[in-house]
Amino acid sequence: MGNRTVIPFGPQHPVLPEPIHLDLVLEDETVIEAIPQIGYVHRGLEKLVEKKDFQQFTYVAERICGICSFMHGMGYCMSIESIMDVKIPERAEFLRTIWAELSRLQSHLLWMGLLADAFGFESLFMHSWRLREQILDIFELTTGGRVIFSVCEIGGVRKDLNAEMIKKISAVMEQLEKDMVDIANVFLYDESVKHRTKGVGVLSKQAAFELGAVGPMARASGIHMDRRTQGYAAYGKLKFEPIIEIDGDCYARTSVRLREIFQSIDLIKQCIALLPEGDIKVKIKGKPNGEHYTLIEQPRGEVLYYSKANGTNFLDRVRVRTPTFANVPALLETLKGCALADVPILILTIDPCISCTER
Amino acid sequence: MSFLSITKILIKNIFHGPYTTLYPIEKKDNYENTRGRIENKISECIFCGICERRCPTVAIKVDKEIHAWSIQRFQCIQCGYCVEVCPKKCLVMNSQYTAPSTGKMRAEYTDA
Repeated sequence: MGNRTVIPFGPQHPVLPEPIHLDLVLEDETVIEAIPQIGYVHRGLEKLVEKKDFQQFTYVAERICGICSFMHGMGYCMSIESIMDVKIPERAEFLRTIWAELSRLQSHLLWMGLLADAFGFESLFMHSWRLREQILDIFELTTGGRVIFSVCEIGGVRKDLNAEMIKKISAVMEQLEKDMVDIANVFLYDESVKHRTKGVGVLSKQAAFELGAVGPMARASGIHMDRRTQGYAAYGKLKFEPIIEIDGDCYARTSVRLREIFQSIDLIKQCIALLPEGDIKVKIKGKPNGEHYTLIEQPRGEVLYYSKANGTNFLDRVRVRTPTFANVPALLETLKGCALADVPILILTIDPCISCTER
Repeated sequence: MSFLSITKILIKNIFHGPYTTLYPIEKKDNYENTRGRIENKISECIFCGICERRCPTVAIKVDKEIHAWSIQRFQCIQCGYCVEVCPKKCLVMNSQYTAPSTGKMRAEYTDA
């Protein structure tokens, strides 16, 4: 038995885009235990619901996270629409799906860049982000914002896509699909990359289920779990299958996300082909009264939106259970027994979003 | 066995030239939809104060007495909710961003 040492990892660390602190208990070079500490970017956004009325809170909900901003706004709007029993127009549902899938694309591309950066492959990092830039341009063209769109509202969406925009999206998707093949080849078949990811941080199916892992983390361990299969928004009208891998290591998690990029491109193409004509929003009357919870699939996994309204302009409670929060126990499990040098990659493969976690 | 799978991308990159722009020298065109900053066509404004009440960040102040409308540009989140609720449609979203500034000045509009 070697000497035990405790190494603090974070909150500021070159590999972490956001602050999370882990105390790593090491025995020589092997991690025995990891003790997490969160709360560095808590902003009290859930409490803010008592000060902002239910319409204004849409814009607050979007600011929970910068990467899955659209899906936060969408989850909140969907839960309030369910309370008020509002049926949004079909075109709005398709538009929401298009923006949601574009968000998934840009989030996964961002994550792939960060992963490449974590194992020191700088040029791969730059090339992943080069592809992501085109999607941000689509966002600016269609919604007016590159990160925060402010396009979702209770009762539908605020902006429509015209023929020119749809043409641009289709063209970018065609090109992206071709460019992605080259990038995917590097992630999946390059020996130096495989050496860092294959067999590292294995999470068994049983452990993933018991620890409540969600999203790509659970799917990489062979759990058949994708909230999009519930058919919210326009997903019920699209053809797709959840992407499952069985190995549960970093390579499997990378592979799931890579294949989800191609799946998202396909879903966007399907949406564009099926996009119906019509209104994009309905006028809502009255104030919400009741409670409801909504589950939707974010790039990082399932997010739960619980809202409780009391018939006034101000809601009683909004509770957001974000995917990274659900994935932290699974992360701690994978960290046990890994080498110190693999810790950054393991933290990155859960796709941590700390500002989501702490809200 | 593949150690050089990124070579194809890199060779393409050598002949393509930079994907980035030299920002302050080369200006980036904004799109029509870009949410830059809020402007008020003050001569049409009736100072009803709906924008002030609806603003999620309390950036707008309206004074009906002296016919003054002001916005704290760095507090505004460009959500465009005020533009949507404005009954006279005198608020517009300009596609140019707010210029950098050393202080948090309010942009004042008065209808004399």
